[in-house]
Amino acid sequence: MYPSRFAYEAPTSLAEAIAILDRNGGEAKILAGGQSLVPMLKLRFAAPGTLVDINNIPGLSDHWLDKDGTLHIGALVRHEDLEFSTIIADSHPTIAAAAELVADPIVRTRGTFVGSVCHADPQGDWAATMVASGGQIIAQGPNGRRAIDVREFVLGPFTNALAYNEIAVEAVIPAATGTAKGGYLKLERRVGDFATASVAVNLDMHGDTVHRAGCALAGVGGRTIDANDAINGALKGKALTPENVEAAADAVAAMAEPRSDHRGSADYKRHIVKTFVSRILTNIANSEQKAA
Amino acid sequence: MTSLYNEVAADPGADVPTRRVSISVNGEKRTVDVEPRLLLAHLLRQGLGLTGTHTGCDTTNCGACTVLFDGRPIKSCTMLAVQADGHEVETVEGLASASELHPIQEGFKECHGLQCGYCTPGMMMATKALLEKNPDPTEDEVRWALSGNLCRCTGYQNIVKSVLWAAEKMRGDEGEEA
Amino acid sequence: MSVDEIKIGGMGASRRRVEDNRFIRGKGKYVDDVVLPGMLHMEILRADVAHARIKSIDTSAAWEVPGVRLVLTGETMAARNLAWMPTLSYDTQAVLATDKVRFQGQEVAAVIADDPYIAKDACAKIVVEYESLPVIVNPDQAAAPGAALIRDDKENQPTNKIFDWEIGDKAGTDRAFEEADVISTIDLHYPRSHPSPLEPCGSIADYDRATGKLTVYMTTQAPHIIRAAVAMVAELPEHQIRIISPDLGGGFGNKVPVYPGYVISILASILTERPVKWIEDKTGNLISTGFGRDVYLQGQMALRKDGKILGMRMHTISDHGAFFSDAQPTKFKIGLMHSTFACYDVPAAHLTSTGYYTNKAPGGVAYRCSFRVTEAMFFQERMMHAAANDLGMDQAEFRRVNLVKDDMFPYRTAFGFLTDSGQYDKCMQVGMEAIGYATFKEEQEEARKRGRLLGIGISTMTEPLGAGNSREYDILGIKMFDSAELRVHMSGKAILRTGAKTQGQGHETTWAQIVAHELGIPADDIVVEEGDTDTAPFGMGTYASRSTPVAGAAVAMAARKVRAKARKIAAHLLEVSEEDIEWELGRFYVRGNHDRGVTIQDCALAAYSNMPDGMEPGLENVSYYDPPNLTWPFAAYFCKVEVDPATGVWDVLNFVAVDDCGVRINPMIVEGQVMGGLTEAYAMANMQYITFDEAGNCIGSNYMDYLLPTAWETPGFELHEVVTPCPHHPIGAKGVGECATVAGPAAFVNAVMNAIEHTGVRNIDMPLQPNRVFEALQTGQDVSGMPPVRVE
Repeated sequence: MYPSRFAYEAPTSLAEAIAILDRNGGEAKILAGGQSLVPMLKLRFAAPGTLVDINNIPGLSDHWLDKDGTLHIGALVRHEDLEFSTIIADSHPTIAAAAELVADPIVRTRGTFVGSVCHADPQGDWAATMVASGGQIIAQGPNGRRAIDVREFVLGPFTNALAYNEIAVEAVIPAATGTAKGGYLKLERRVGDFATASVAVNLDMHGDTVHRAGCALAGVGGRTIDANDAINGALKGKALTPENVEAAADAVAAMAEPRSDHRGSADYKRHIVKTFVSRILTNIANSEQKAA
Repeated sequence: MTSLYNEVAADPGADVPTRRVSISVNGEKRTVDVEPRLLLAHLLRQGLGLTGTHTGCDTTNCGACTVLFDGRPIKSCTMLAVQADGHEVETVEGLASASELHPIQEGFKECHGLQCGYCTPGMMMATKALLEKNPDPTEDEVRWALSGNLCRCTGYQNIVKSVLWAAEKMRGDEGEEA
Repeated sequence: MSVDEIKIGGMGASRRRVEDNRFIRGKGKYVDDVVLPGMLHMEILRADVAHARIKSIDTSAAWEVPGVRLVLTGETMAARNLAWMPTLSYDTQAVLATDKVRFQGQEVAAVIADDPYIAKDACAKIVVEYESLPVIVNPDQAAAPGAALIRDDKENQPTNKIFDWEIGDKAGTDRAFEEADVISTIDLHYPRSHPSPLEPCGSIADYDRATGKLTVYMTTQAPHIIRAAVAMVAELPEHQIRIISPDLGGGFGNKVPVYPGYVISILASILTERPVKWIEDKTGNLISTGFGRDVYLQGQMALRKDGKILGMRMHTISDHGAFFSDAQPTKFKIGLMHSTFACYDVPAAHLTSTGYYTNKAPGGVAYRCSFRVTEAMFFQERMMHAAANDLGMDQAEFRRVNLVKDDMFPYRTAFGFLTDSGQYDKCMQVGMEAIGYATFKEEQEEARKRGRLLGIGISTMTEPLGAGNSREYDILGIKMFDSAELRVHMSGKAILRTGAKTQGQGHETTWAQIVAHELGIPADDIVVEEGDTDTAPFGMGTYASRSTPVAGAAVAMAARKVRAKARKIAAHLLEVSEEDIEWELGRFYVRGNHDRGVTIQDCALAAYSNMPDGMEPGLENVSYYDPPNLTWPFAAYFCKVEVDPATGVWDVLNFVAVDDCGVRINPMIVEGQVMGGLTEAYAMANMQYITFDEAGNCIGSNYMDYLLPTAWETPGFELHEVVTPCPHHPIGAKGVGECATVAGPAAFVNAVMNAIEHTGVRNIDMPLQPNRVFEALQTGQDVSGMPPVRVE
């Protein structure tokens, strides 16, 4: 497999990169980790006129918590950086849980969090965690920066809200106001398989009570499914009792829009969603009990 | 014209841009002109003659092309050669010194961790990255770390054994030095 | 004193592999590693539709691309009578399509250019106009009245049926069913799979007009058969063709057939007078080259209520794709399917088979098995499982009642095979002990009370390995013997060449061990070469686990003939008559005077420097070995699983494999073969399959869709051995490379079935994906056929 021809630019500043994008008027594509883009180039599913490699731009490779606990993830933070992060396990458990399930270990050293969200694959893990966690993408263009709620950022399969001359420079994920809890489960037939179904759950707990619940699904619709309202409706202000867990799992499963295919029937995928929501919440409830 | 094949290439014509890149490959600086679309795996294999890096699948699944890029394992079929400009690449050819094998190479031979040998360079490079990060992995940690590399012959059991053998040897070697 | 056999790396030594020295350094030489001066690169344009008439092919834009040297279409090939080529099953296959395309991925045009990037660019500029035709993707559609005719190129081919074939005793089997207390039935589908070695296929053709010599580096498991085929197809003289099969990145049967790409690269080299390299991409490999399986298996068994099998019937419906290019012995249309039930004492059996063309890739290769033995044994053990349940008998007990007993050998099977050795019940006992069979039922009951689903699955088999004997086995008329050439140099070092071709099995290591065993020459003093038809003796190649049974036997025989000559030299050196010479490993001595002797190395030197008067100098031999029978290894596999009732996901808790492959030349390598085979078995049971949508689009055309397990999913295996030497093989060895792939799948499936059959489910067809297991659990119904590609 051999990509078709393209021009290549390797700017060393964001301003330069944005200028190149601007100049190319939509014919350029950004290359970050390249773990989705390069295979598409090789298969010739993508044939951009120009690739703008942002890997040489300083200042994009860090992830950090600011003083109110908000997580910032730079555009060049690799999946592996989050998998082995020492700072997010308690503050952003949903992200931490998903990190080791993204693709495979070698791809994780190179692929980026922000790039995955931009790629907007309906089966993508990170977009689901972002939706469940209320994250935002910071886009920078010729006119400066803007923050885009991830739910308005992912417009559809493989489509995002960036203008042709904008770069997603950072993801921002808010902190819990109380204790952060969460989980991520994915049914895949083998490591690196597309998800049959995945579930991201993110909870902001005040004591035993759910202050805010977030949930999103991947692999069970033509886009990342936003199940925030469903889970929040079932759990907000409540404790994680078996009855409430069951109700939340049912509410989330109702949001799934799966299609029957060789990975399973629509009913099966919906059932997996329900099972996974229930497992994540039950695990959280059990760990709470243990802690208490 | 991709310049890796330039010994036989016709004149590429002025409209085909190439780019000069300098890459440290196994500690040696190599400077080449490449077309941007050239994959790093192809540069290593054809351009630099380092055919130990294999290409198996085209879709970033099999990991036969795994090399270390600034110390991290990457699939070299999923990176452009131009991206390696100014970086360090280590391939299977860089594992052994002139006189002795790397313990990982010894481990694979000792524990029958290979059969056809096609996945082996990638497996060993992924192993090197693992053991640098985690010198004493469990069996599960080895299986997890190698789950981006496919093998069709061995069934993995002896690969896992090879990695654990190498890990023990490397820990022993370090103990001796200390 | 005789040498210590283990120390010199002889038989039974787990000698570390010689070939590893280059592989671990990245110094293997695979086809794509070969670079010849002035080499051009070829890419193939493949059909994106499954069945369509070609209205036109416009290559003009492709010729315009700078760096393009040649564009080939079916028309160019036809002008040289190369548009079609013979298959290994006496059919024909298109090299480049002329009239229509018959499967997605079929070769339509080829571009030869300065580099593969350019060749690919130019391929994209070729415009093919198609007129679509109805697509047939399974035997039902192929057999339907009024079905579109796929092979309208052939005379006397009015339908899509390729063959009807039968073997066995119909009348006797009918009588057995009349006498039966219980009749058990099962309907199975063995899905299409692909051997998928990591290295795809490829070739470098190098035609030298000055000498008339054609050299082809090629990914082939059978270089000599290829040479014969190339001579036939390209009408070149055989002595002017040299096929070199360098290191192979796996084969598993995929690299046995002749592929269009090889032929096109040869013509391209002849036309350009430059070396032409063709390296297939992974998609090309998966969608166009030899697949395995894809067969429906229907069976019935006649049983007495005490558990004795009285007879069995089997019918197979096989899907061969667009060209009948199965790689198999001529006599047998559905491979060695009739080896089914060879390890059981079955008085009467009858097999009928029907094969069809479909709009799918051709192949039907022996994917890590001895010609459809995998399907035969899968059917056997799923049938046994169902029958035991129908009788209400324990799975192990039912098998032990019916397995051929040790004192029944040689045993003639109902289909006519002669099995000759084994300790089947002993293998069962070893396995049952290791898996904890005695206490399992209790464990299963206990677990079930707590909502956990445990299951145990058994699979046993003997399979016919080492085709063949020349009476019955040939490919394209060439008898299935094999060969070895041993040359001992004057210093006692040696070179050995065989007609086999290693692709990971470690011949460079084990063949030397056989010579060490026969001559006492240290294995490290023997270099082994294979794969070059200019230097190796004629052999049929490596597949169907035939290397050790046939080529390995030839090695032993060549070594024995060398020893016989050395004995004469020893007598000369020791100045006694040959009758007074005794042999111990590595040394001849005078009977009654053990101290007076000469080593094999002494004899080697004398063969060049001090031979007896009248003796031809030198110490070498070429042996061709025609085995008297197949070899019959036995396997008993026990798999324990847990099924998650909430998701249908199943995990292997323990897997015990007991293999009796006769004498083990290198135990380490044997175990490696078994573990690798079990992994492919696990893959097939769980995830590895190829299917097609209604339009004939291949689902499984790359590793995103065609799932191969990683180290993470693959279970660990516990291996045990029993040794029953093969009575006719010179060193008592039997084939082993494929036993685990053959017997393995049924062990996994039987285990999952055992875990869930309290719901009334009798069968889930492979792949046992979680969704299918879950569906069966929920409904209590069987889940049959392929997973539907898309249901709106």
